[in-house]
Amino acid sequence: MRHVMHQELTLHYDYALGEVAGTFLDGLRQKKILASHCSASKLSYLPPRAFCERTFERCEGWVEAGAEGIIEASTIVVRGFEGKRPPPVAIAFVRLDGVDSAIANYVDGVDLADLDEAMRRLAPGTRVRVEFVDRPEGRITDFSFRPIDNQPG
Amino acid sequence: MSWCWKGTGVPEAVGVIAAFQTDYRSQHPDVTFVEQAQEAAAGAMAAAGMRPDDIEAVVFSLAPTFFMGVADADRWAIDHVFAAGKPFFRIHTGGATGGSAVHAGYALVRSGMYRTVMIVGAERIGETPDAQHVLNLIFDPFYERDMPLSTNTSVALMATRYMQRHGVTQEDLARVVVRQRRNALRNPHAHLKGEITVADVMASPMIAYPMKLYDICPRSSGSAAMILGNADVIDGFQTRPAFINGIGSVTDTYWIGDRLVPSADAEIAELGLAAVSAAECFRRAGITDPFAEVQVAELYDPYSVVGYLQLEQLGFCATGKAARLEDDGVWDVDGGAVAVNPSGGTLCSNPIAISGLARCIDAANQVMGTAGAMQLPGVHTAVATAVGGIAQFHNMTVFGDDHVEFEES
Repeated sequence: MRHVMHQELTLHYDYALGEVAGTFLDGLRQKKILASHCSASKLSYLPPRAFCERTFERCEGWVEAGAEGIIEASTIVVRGFEGKRPPPVAIAFVRLDGVDSAIANYVDGVDLADLDEAMRRLAPGTRVRVEFVDRPEGRITDFSFRPIDNQPG
Repeated sequence: MSWCWKGTGVPEAVGVIAAFQTDYRSQHPDVTFVEQAQEAAAGAMAAAGMRPDDIEAVVFSLAPTFFMGVADADRWAIDHVFAAGKPFFRIHTGGATGGSAVHAGYALVRSGMYRTVMIVGAERIGETPDAQHVLNLIFDPFYERDMPLSTNTSVALMATRYMQRHGVTQEDLARVVVRQRRNALRNPHAHLKGEITVADVMASPMIAYPMKLYDICPRSSGSAAMILGNADVIDGFQTRPAFINGIGSVTDTYWIGDRLVPSADAEIAELGLAAVSAAECFRRAGITDPFAEVQVAELYDPYSVVGYLQLEQLGFCATGKAARLEDDGVWDVDGGAVAVNPSGGTLCSNPIAISGLARCIDAANQVMGTAGAMQLPGVHTAVATAVGGIAQFHNMTVFGDDHVEFEES
């Protein structure tokens, strides 16, 4: 008697970027993080969006986010999953200077050998700076965060 | 046609007639997904003394279908849950699905549209090892999916922020796991149960800091069903119903990063969303002091920290204080003030599609006196919650042994 039937599902997608995500990802190619801005609420959003969710007005402007920000939430992913950076990896939601919401990315430049010590280095409230890869390809992984006190020199 | 409009224009009292749960385990190799759902549907009808014709509409509780691997499997389950020829609704709000499904069933009866509604569902998450991968697919492909974001890692992000704000330690979280696995010893359906120590929790492997393996629910398979009826149905089928005396439900923005900043509508690390649905729910139920008026709380807590967040946001204690009260035994089933998760909660069994339904069933059973070895004395009011998505969805239900009528303000 067979107890299970094994199947593997592979699906393919081509997700349309649209204007907002397209503008943001094009910005990354130029090593710029572009936030959408609503003049009615004065809020700047990352990730960017077409409409301000507080005023329901269209976000008609773009502002360049600061190159530094503050960690709002962080964790070290010890048990990861396929298709991502191999664990352990640190990730954080960071509110970049001049922006009113936080955006997620990896945090580099912290030794993750001792998890408790590493989490102290990554704790909410920590200042970080944005660091781009040498050759951005228009993807969110073009940049990561790095604690500022960790900056060489 | 038995399901034609028969409402009076006055909101109907709604009561739980009967319910059924299978045991929750990693696998149920003896049945398929739909057969598993059928066990619950048939079980609840048998418990109610009903036949399929007594059920006028069916609500199917089904979360992301890639957990069980058949797209929109509500369709596959139609015959198995005796829904052919009746109105059939599939409900999906992620982990909050089971609670939302109860609310949908409640609304169908309360409105007078149907006299008897069955809420039923099944989960087979144990049939894929890729649950966290499926949960990564709930993130948008442009901004967040490239990160190892999932429910595990998102709750870890919430936990580090919450713990820093309130000085809560990993040991404080571990005490929840110890209490609930002990509670689950009295729950024949629970997936994880047993006497463990804080040291055992602390020694379990780190998954996403500070969430360790024992801070995290299992991947459970199983099924559950609940039958709701109006006053006429209660008269015919149940001498000791649990009345649904209040519901509350709210949804927050998709964006996690909008909920970590001063302009947030609700702070995600505190699960501030829960305070909104609780306020609505308690207002409807006429409850002003939950700590004094509620004897049992069945909270949707797939992670150790999530029970604390809800106890605080629901108003059982002040923000940041639930861990201290845990230490004092306030949430214990024996000698505590409010019995929190006598079933062991979602931490001990998480059949995601129906976990919120299980919370409602376990709460209703306490009111109906049908909780078996878990039964606590003197339960007049019990609450159940459910949380879904990355805390985008929260809902809450109050069950009482007396019907409490309310009017919408």
